[in-house]
Amino acid sequence: MPATEPTADRPAPPRAKVKQRPGDRIFAGLSTGAGVLILVVLAGVAAFLLVEAWPAIIAPSDEIPGRGGLTLYIWPLLFGTLISAFFALLIAAPLATSIALFITHYAPRRLSQALGYVIDLLAAIPSIIYGLWGIFVLAPATVGPTRWLTEHAGFIPLFAGPPSATGRTMLVVIIVLAVMILPIISAVVREAFRQTPRLHEEASLALGATHWEMIRMAVLPFGRSAIVGASMLGLGRALGETMAVAIVLSVSGGVTFNLISSGNPSTIAANIALQFPESTGLDINALVASGLVLFAVTLAVNMLARAIINRRREFSGAN
Amino acid sequence: MAKRIEVKDLDIYYDKFLAVQNVSLTIEPRSVTAFIGPSGCGKSTFLRSLNRMHELVPHARVEGTVVMDDQDLYGPNVDPVSVRRQVGMVFQRPNPFPTMSIHENVAAGLRLNNARISKGDLDELVERSLRAANLWNEVKDRLNKPGSGLSGGQQQRLCIARAIAVQPDVLLMDEPCSALDPISTQAIEDLINDLKADYTIVIVTHNMQQAARVSDTTGFFNLQGVGQPGQLVEIDDTTKIFSTPANQATEDYISGRFG
Repeated sequence: MPATEPTADRPAPPRAKVKQRPGDRIFAGLSTGAGVLILVVLAGVAAFLLVEAWPAIIAPSDEIPGRGGLTLYIWPLLFGTLISAFFALLIAAPLATSIALFITHYAPRRLSQALGYVIDLLAAIPSIIYGLWGIFVLAPATVGPTRWLTEHAGFIPLFAGPPSATGRTMLVVIIVLAVMILPIISAVVREAFRQTPRLHEEASLALGATHWEMIRMAVLPFGRSAIVGASMLGLGRALGETMAVAIVLSVSGGVTFNLISSGNPSTIAANIALQFPESTGLDINALVASGLVLFAVTLAVNMLARAIINRRREFSGAN
Repeated sequence: MAKRIEVKDLDIYYDKFLAVQNVSLTIEPRSVTAFIGPSGCGKSTFLRSLNRMHELVPHARVEGTVVMDDQDLYGPNVDPVSVRRQVGMVFQRPNPFPTMSIHENVAAGLRLNNARISKGDLDELVERSLRAANLWNEVKDRLNKPGSGLSGGQQQRLCIARAIAVQPDVLLMDEPCSALDPISTQAIEDLINDLKADYTIVIVTHNMQQAARVSDTTGFFNLQGVGQPGQLVEIDDTTKIFSTPANQATEDYISGRFG
C-alpha cells in the first residue's frame, strides 16, 4: 500500500485549495467558449434546415417540384452528389498519397520544396476557376476519349454511352472535383508523412527493407489516420462543391451509373444554386430539404471516418 | 551463423568531412565486442558502417574494406539491403513499429525475407525469437496488442527479438541500454550473454561498467580534438583494457580522468 493512502482511522487531511490564476481562468474560459460556439453554430444550422424544410416534408407529393414527392425529388440529386464525390475521391486519394510520398521520400530536397509550394497554391484556386477550366478545356478534350471508351469498354456500365457530344458529363465533373480536392489531401498527408519518426524508418531499413518496403512498413501505417482524415476533408469539399458542378454538368435528371452520356443527375449543391433564384414558396422548402439531406450525409461520412480511425486507435502510435 | 568481421584501413567520410580515420580490427564470431569512448568520437558511425546504415546520410562513403567471412560488404556488386539482412541492428531508443502488434513486430523482418512463409512456421519463429529475447513469458498472452504498450525495457527486448528473428550473422547494438532503468539494463545484459552463443555481437556503450560486464573485447575510440576525425586508439581483451591498457589515453578515460 502506498504510504500516502489514507487509512480508516486517520482520514486524509483536506487538500489545500489550488490557487486560481487569472491567466488560466481567462484562457480556459476562451477555449471553452470557442468549443461551445461551434456546437451552437452546428445546432443552429441543423435547426434552420429542419424548420425551413418542414413545409416540404409534410406537403402533399404533387406540390413538390417534379410532382413525384420529396423522396423522388431528392434521390437523383443525392445519387449524383454521392457518385461524383465518391469517384472523385477514388481518383484523388491514391494520387494525393503518391504525391505526398514523392515529395517526402523520393524527390530531391529542392524539387520537393517547389512541388510543395505548387500544391499549396493549387489549393487556393477558387472553385469557379476549376469549373471554367472544366467546361472550356477538359470537356471538349474528353469527347474523343469517351467515344473510344464506349466502343472498347462499353460493357462496363460506367462507360455504356452514348457519349455526350459536348463533353459536359459526370466524368468531367468527377475529374474536376478530383483535381480540386487533390491539393488539400496531399498537403495534409504530406505533413503526416514528414512526421514519420526517423527511428521507425531506420528500424525497417536495419531489418533489410528496401526503400519501398520501408515506406510500407513505417511510413504508410504511420500516416494511415492522416490519409483517412484528409480524404474526408476532400470528400466533404467534393460533396458540397457547387460552382464547378453547376457550370460543367449538363443535367437531365435520372439515376444512372453511366458517366459519359449527356443525361446526368445533378448534385444537391449545384441544384440549389441553379434553382434557387427562380424558386418561390414550397419549391424553396424542397431545396432546403435537399440541403438537410446533404448535411446529414456529410455528418454520416465524418462519423464513419472517425469510426475507421478509432478502430485501430491503440495501434496509432499515439500511446 | 555467427561470422567474423575484418576491418582494414577504414576511413568514413560524410561528404568531405572525415569522421572516422584508419580503423583496422577483427571482430571474432560468437563473442561480444564493445566500443567505448567520449561522445562524437565516431564509435556509432563506425558501428553503422558495419551494416551500411551510415549511408542513409547523403554523401556518406567509406574507404578501406570490411570483410565478413570472405564477403566484402563494400564490394562493387553488394546491395546494402542484403548487407542489412545479414547484419541486424538494435538502436539507442526502443523503436518497435507503433502500428504493429507484438507478433507483427517480430514477424516484420521475416515477412520481408520470405513473403510466402506459412502461418504455422511464422508463429513458431516468432515464439522462438521472443523466447530467445527472454520476452516470451511476459507477452505470450498479448501477442496481438501493440508493441508500444510495453515498458521501455520490454520494448527494447522486443526490438532484439525482431532483429534476431531474421537470423542475422551479426548483431549490432548502438547504446541499447542508454534509455533504460538499471533493472531493464540488467535484463538486456543477461540477454547479450545468452545471445553470444549464437551471434557475433558488437555493442557501443557509454557505460564503461557495462562494457566490462558484457564484452570479451573492448575497443577505445577517441578524437584528438574538435573537428578532428575519431580514431580507434586501442582494442584488446576487455580484462586487459580495464586493468593494464597499453595506451595512456585509454587509462585516463577508463579511470575517469577525462571524457
